[in-house]
Amino acid sequence: MIPLLQAAATAGTHPLTGTIAEWVWLVPLLPLLGFVINGALSLASVFHAGPGDPALAHGEAHGVDDGGHGHAAAHDDDAHGATGDDHHPVVRHRFAGVASIVGPGVLILSFLLAAAIFLAMRGAGEMTAPFIQRYFSWMPVGDMHIDAAFQLDQLSMMMTLVVTGVGMLIHLFSVGYMQDDPGYPRFFAYLNLFVFFMLVLVLAGNYPLLFIGWEGVGVCSYLLIGFWFSDKVNSDAGKKAFIVNRIGDVGFLIAMFMMFANMHALDFTGVREGAASLPFGGIVVTTICLFLFLGCAGKSAQIPLYTWLPDAMAGPTPVSALIHAATMVTAGVYLIARTNVLFSMAPVAQLVVVIIGALTAIFAASIGLKQWDIKKVLAYSTVSQLGYMFIGVGSGAYVSGLFHLVTHAFFKALLFLGSGSVIFAMHRAYHHTDNHDDAQDMRNMGGLKQYMPVTFWLMWIATLAIAGIPPFAGFFSKDEILGGLFARAQHSTIASASLFGIPGSGWLYFAYLLGLVAAFMTATYMTRMMIYTFHGPNRTGEKERGHLAEAPWIMTGPLVVLGILSAIGGWLNLPEFAPLGRVGALEHWLDPVVGESTARVMAGAGETSASLEYTLVGVAILIAVGGIALAWTRLKPESLVPKREAAPEEGFEKVLVNKYYVDEIYDKTIVEPVVGVSRGLLWRGIDAGLIDGVGVNGSAYLARFVGWIGSQFQSGQLGTYAWVLVAGVLAVLGAFSIR
Amino acid sequence: MLAEALFFSAVLFAIGVVGVLTRRNAIIVFMCVELMLNAVNLTFVAFAQSYGAAGQVFVFFVMTVAAAEAAVGLAIIIALFRHRQTVDLQNINLLKG
Amino acid sequence: MNALLTSIGYTHWILPALLIIPLIGAAVIWLLGARGGGAGGDEVVSGVAATPRMVALVTFAVEFIVSLGLWWSFDPGNNAWQSVVDYAWIPSWGIRFTIGVDGIAVMMVLLTTFIMLLAVGGSWTSIRARSHSYYALLLVLTTGMLGVFLSLDLFLFYVMWEVMLIPMYFIIGIWGGDRRIYASLKFFIYTMVGSLLMLVAIIYLGLAARDPATGIPTFAYDYVLQNAMVTSTAAKWLFGAFFLAFAVKVPMFPFHTWLPDAHVEAPTAGSVVLASIMLKLGTFGFLRLAVPLFPSAAMDPTIRGIILGLAVIGIVYGALVSLVQPDFKKLVAYSSVSHLGFVMLGIFALTVQSVQGALMVMINHGISTGALFFLIGMIYERRHTRLIDAYGGIARVVPMFAAILTIVTFSSIGVPGTNGFIGEFLVLLGSFQTQPVLSVIATTVVIISAAYLLWAIQRILFNPLDKRENEHIPDLNRRELAIMVPLVAAIVWLGVYPAPVLRRMEGAATKFVNMVDARRNLLTTGVAEAER
Repeated sequence: MIPLLQAAATAGTHPLTGTIAEWVWLVPLLPLLGFVINGALSLASVFHAGPGDPALAHGEAHGVDDGGHGHAAAHDDDAHGATGDDHHPVVRHRFAGVASIVGPGVLILSFLLAAAIFLAMRGAGEMTAPFIQRYFSWMPVGDMHIDAAFQLDQLSMMMTLVVTGVGMLIHLFSVGYMQDDPGYPRFFAYLNLFVFFMLVLVLAGNYPLLFIGWEGVGVCSYLLIGFWFSDKVNSDAGKKAFIVNRIGDVGFLIAMFMMFANMHALDFTGVREGAASLPFGGIVVTTICLFLFLGCAGKSAQIPLYTWLPDAMAGPTPVSALIHAATMVTAGVYLIARTNVLFSMAPVAQLVVVIIGALTAIFAASIGLKQWDIKKVLAYSTVSQLGYMFIGVGSGAYVSGLFHLVTHAFFKALLFLGSGSVIFAMHRAYHHTDNHDDAQDMRNMGGLKQYMPVTFWLMWIATLAIAGIPPFAGFFSKDEILGGLFARAQHSTIASASLFGIPGSGWLYFAYLLGLVAAFMTATYMTRMMIYTFHGPNRTGEKERGHLAEAPWIMTGPLVVLGILSAIGGWLNLPEFAPLGRVGALEHWLDPVVGESTARVMAGAGETSASLEYTLVGVAILIAVGGIALAWTRLKPESLVPKREAAPEEGFEKVLVNKYYVDEIYDKTIVEPVVGVSRGLLWRGIDAGLIDGVGVNGSAYLARFVGWIGSQFQSGQLGTYAWVLVAGVLAVLGAFSIR
Repeated sequence: MLAEALFFSAVLFAIGVVGVLTRRNAIIVFMCVELMLNAVNLTFVAFAQSYGAAGQVFVFFVMTVAAAEAAVGLAIIIALFRHRQTVDLQNINLLKG
Repeated sequence: MNALLTSIGYTHWILPALLIIPLIGAAVIWLLGARGGGAGGDEVVSGVAATPRMVALVTFAVEFIVSLGLWWSFDPGNNAWQSVVDYAWIPSWGIRFTIGVDGIAVMMVLLTTFIMLLAVGGSWTSIRARSHSYYALLLVLTTGMLGVFLSLDLFLFYVMWEVMLIPMYFIIGIWGGDRRIYASLKFFIYTMVGSLLMLVAIIYLGLAARDPATGIPTFAYDYVLQNAMVTSTAAKWLFGAFFLAFAVKVPMFPFHTWLPDAHVEAPTAGSVVLASIMLKLGTFGFLRLAVPLFPSAAMDPTIRGIILGLAVIGIVYGALVSLVQPDFKKLVAYSSVSHLGFVMLGIFALTVQSVQGALMVMINHGISTGALFFLIGMIYERRHTRLIDAYGGIARVVPMFAAILTIVTFSSIGVPGTNGFIGEFLVLLGSFQTQPVLSVIATTVVIISAAYLLWAIQRILFNPLDKRENEHIPDLNRRELAIMVPLVAAIVWLGVYPAPVLRRMEGAATKFVNMVDARRNLLTTGVAEAER
């Protein structure tokens, strides 16, 4: 790697030249190193070379000591009970010690380095141009030059801090959560690899390199969802996540092809410059943006591609926290923010993003109202919150979307890790008593606050944050999104555009309304989750109750840090009406990246009046409080019964529990026809039937048939042959004599 | 002289052909083939009178081949007779495809 | 490195040496076999196979090491044929023995020597009968394939084309599976139908370029390229003849049905060679002969449209049919149809990016699909079945196998960071510039390709370990690791740092695009005609 790094930095006079920022390549490389070490440990501990002649090896005994079926205390998976192998004494992995140091260690180093670079950026003063580091030429083809280049600017810095910071906390949590898993080093290998790809994603200086990270995180997500691959549900979920993401990736790829065709560039700077020559709101830029958004919808689980995310909860809970809440799923939001120049030129595409975001927000929130699996509630909540982020970046209020991305990373990671610690406790309790009940179903929980007080309090902080209660983090970011949306509905380039004949402002007001309703639902389902999990009587079981206990410090420690961040994260970007500190710090920070585009969308609109702003804030708070109050007063945890005694749902509740049957619809309308046509028509019909049957073997039969006809002249009668011969001779002679 | 010789060989040849076409006995067919060969030989000799000795040489070739053919052919017919107790060609269709 | 190579006169002898070394190896094996081998029985157990496979291994190792010098000796900046060796062969017909390389051929030669070396390893314990003949045929096959890549004489090209056909026929027909006779015949006849027409076309071209004074035909590639004059109608027919020969070999839809049968029945090394190298000969033929010789016919809007259409149909069709295959080997075979469709799309989209991408797909497919066939062979040796449903959950039992299969799968899917992505991306990006609709259709296949391969490896590696006979499969042994590690290394290397390979092929690819582009509107083949 080092010799390749001698390539010169582009801007020799860039303020970051010569600072620690030049070591930015080490930030992703450290997790990669962790992957290599942990991967080697993992394989070294399970690999036994087979005999030289494999054919003679039958019946040879062979130890099976890994591969994934977790005996983990925190094995959060429904089907687990059926396998019934929990009786084995829990043995820690023989390389657990090394992996515990390497896995989180590289993340800590990465985070420290990122923090140092951040300080260097702060110290470098006003930085308008991105700091681009070219390492080597990746795909030089003809006049296309795609380099392996990292781009460090305010946006990628912010993302890097989130990824390494939250990632570090989740890695530490995992040390406790996964401690007894036989695949311990493998888990950290995948997790490290994920962080590597995620950092490539956010640091990449061009779209194809971003795409490496983009798909790389998808691969890690696939591997981690299916981490306990011995259960079909898990490996199904992993596969589904990857394939659904690929649908989005097609959009991303096509968007890149169009960028190259129209702007002849694929690096961010080049696209930014090339965009200037495209007409505002033109078909090209709109199509590019829509295709890009297809990619974002896949990665960030928006309608219609959101179905993979709830299934992805089959992975270990730290994975859900890191990948499926805090970082990877926000990549779509990042991509739109990264491409802000193009999006701000395509109001129609922005409208689509906002509408899809708003629909997703309310749709997922409504499903979240009736889920019983604690992680499923959080999963739909994530989908819904991602919808908010898309409302933010889609409406050109890039900072608000990114702000929500950051605060969401804090409180959703906290919620997931908190649920992880609940599941951990539940699973341990069940493990001790050999009970195979569902450790994730809220109907089996209840009253956990007395057993795990730390988790309880921290989870409430996160719940208030996501519900939008001031002064917790989510309040500020969500309010900024909705406020920004309202302002843009009044006056912006998006409001002036129209979609399906309806003016943009109408759409935006509609989206605002959906956002409010979704906010109400958010407050309701989160309170519901808290009530069922922590309040009321305990439903875990008589014997099990004694084994419920708080998680060890290595798990609660990261929770506390995230709790603090969830509480004060709003200070990152305080609104003007609440000057509790520096106002708009994040907005100022991101201004060089998105400021111009934001201004372009606002098209010179004035400030929202103070009275209107206060009204909007008041409405938002009222809705949040109302949602909580509704859940608090109407839900009776006392009347709940454990899962195995529960009656099935009826009516619309049944539709909600079954997630509007979207998976089933996709199965019947897309998957099954494709497989059916492939098997019946293409393979059996065209391949075996038409080409092979009629074409290939048909010509063979034809040849054989012609031969058979010829053979019929061969009577074997010498006399006949002689007659034919003479007739032939006479015919030839006759032919000659006629000429 | 040439014309007479050619006429004679043509008649011989035609007799041979008719014999091959109409007779069933393998021996007779075989002899008719020999007849045709000799008719051709006669033509060669006749032409050799005016065109040089090459025709004569050919006749020797043909006679040699015919002798070999007779030896092999008669041997085959004898083998066939031993096998089938008949030399009637209508009863023999070993050449059938 | 270059100084060393120059000091031993590397460029003067390397190409003939590459053709001769395998023949020497084959001769040695045959001589040894005439004395000792052929006793029957399990030759791996009895030790009869030990000598021929060792000789083959040494020969291929020498071949590979010797060929490596081409990486350095090849000058990417020089667009002329390099390391040329030229002898008169049959002067009275104007046939010469001319061999040389350009950037494309260099990469193909290196791929061939690399894969063939590994192929011996893949045959090590799986060939248990008549091993002398097997290894000798493998060596002769190598000469044939390399000869095709190196030939600069059309007639020599044809001869080499047929030389490689016959050993493959025997390899499938003798050491294949249960339906080997059917498969080998199908393979042979399919290929033969195309190649005979090609022979006719080559002779026609040679006569078209004959010396007007002496009437002696010429088959020299460059000379024919510049001087053979044919009418545009004749050019279409001739292109058709070449097209059929190469399209069968590629294979393009609908000429592909020999491939699944041949792959399924062939022994492991046979499948590997077939997929990794022989299929590339078809696309190589398009790049070297069919398109440059008849640019006006190849780029005729109708003909080009049909070929592009078939390419895209092949891409989609191959992927969809792969989805429903119960046999893993057949699945990979159909996926080859899909991958090679990308190559054809890239070639006929005719931009530098798409052609470079097509070349990358050729190399990458050689590595990834070769690796897949190796892995299938390895698991087949253990369980004697290729049916996907016979497995399940074996990642617990064979973790190393699982890890490598997963990596190779990602490469075949074209996940960025592996080699598979580079080729696909460049082809699609390049073809989007001239054929946006087709490119978009082809792009959607990345979904299906993920689906069929991930579904397959899920049913093999993951899910519950529910079959008793799978519980004690031994993991890869050291020999098998030695085969797979270089392939995995190549997968990562070409994915992360493909620039050196791209740079070496750049000249040839650009030349191809420019030449075809410049001549596509000419009515005749030769420049001379145009200048009149």
